[in-house]
Amino acid sequence: MYGKGLRPLSIATVAALAASLSLVFFYAPLDADQGFVQKIFYLHVPLAIVALLGFVAGGVFAILHLRSGDSRWDAYSYVSIHMSVIFGVAVLITGSIWAKASWGHWWVWDEPTLVSFLIVFLMYATYYPFRYAIEDHERQARYASVFAVTAGAFVPLNFMAVRMAESLVHPRTFATAEGGLPGEMMLTFLVSLAAIGLLWTTLVKLELTAKSASGQLKRLRRALDAPGTGGASRVAPEVS
Amino acid sequence: MLPLAAPALPLDEAGKYVAGAYVVFLVLIVIYVAIMAAKVQRIERELRELAGFAETRSNGGQAAAEREEVSAR
Repeated sequence: MYGKGLRPLSIATVAALAASLSLVFFYAPLDADQGFVQKIFYLHVPLAIVALLGFVAGGVFAILHLRSGDSRWDAYSYVSIHMSVIFGVAVLITGSIWAKASWGHWWVWDEPTLVSFLIVFLMYATYYPFRYAIEDHERQARYASVFAVTAGAFVPLNFMAVRMAESLVHPRTFATAEGGLPGEMMLTFLVSLAAIGLLWTTLVKLELTAKSASGQLKRLRRALDAPGTGGASRVAPEVS
Repeated sequence: MLPLAAPALPLDEAGKYVAGAYVVFLVLIVIYVAIMAAKVQRIERELRELAGFAETRSNGGQAAAEREEVSAR
């Protein structure tokens, strides 16, 4: 069920990533301030935006799970958060590389944008042990959904607080007062954002497909009363 | 206090950082896809085992039914 449309989505993702890379390296002009290092922007910022939106999506799916009790929404919420945590790792590493190249430091502790993203990331890193600590599957799903809703609401609040805070060094991407991005850079950025968004969606779909296959295999094993390789996973939700 | 507008790095030095950032991203995606591939392979293997088990059980059941039929005659 989840695998439907995975192939065209994967092809669209590869095409979008190729277009994005071509635009980044052959079309977008060099930044007057930072020069070639600014090319990291087209990877780092879309990754951050998609990761944060993924966390919010995890919260929305969790609300649907709590309202309906349908375990499918719990699986969507789990996989969205899981994928956004992976993207979050990429955001922190690419951000550190960019910081070292631009500011001469791998990390700046008094910079609200960096520290707030780290707080959000660490908060979601606790999602796994929190989920893993509960054995009963229904209770596990319910508590994880409550966590996802609360943490998901924190993400936009945190984002707004950071926007209001005075930044020391971190640039504001769409700051209209400072002029924003020129047309070619904006186009490149939007294509990169679409490519990273498609990549996130494809990987979420891929993981849901694998979980669905695994869940159906377990059901089949139970129905046939066959010797298995173990019970259901304690961490990941089962998808049928 | 960090400088707000540090001078741009020369291309040979900036290139290392840009390449590093994109390679890290690529490596993360490759690791993830490799883990997923291993997972899919495990599912395939379990499915084969299960199909074998179901066939054996079905053949065993048929043989038992035939034996019962013969003994009834």
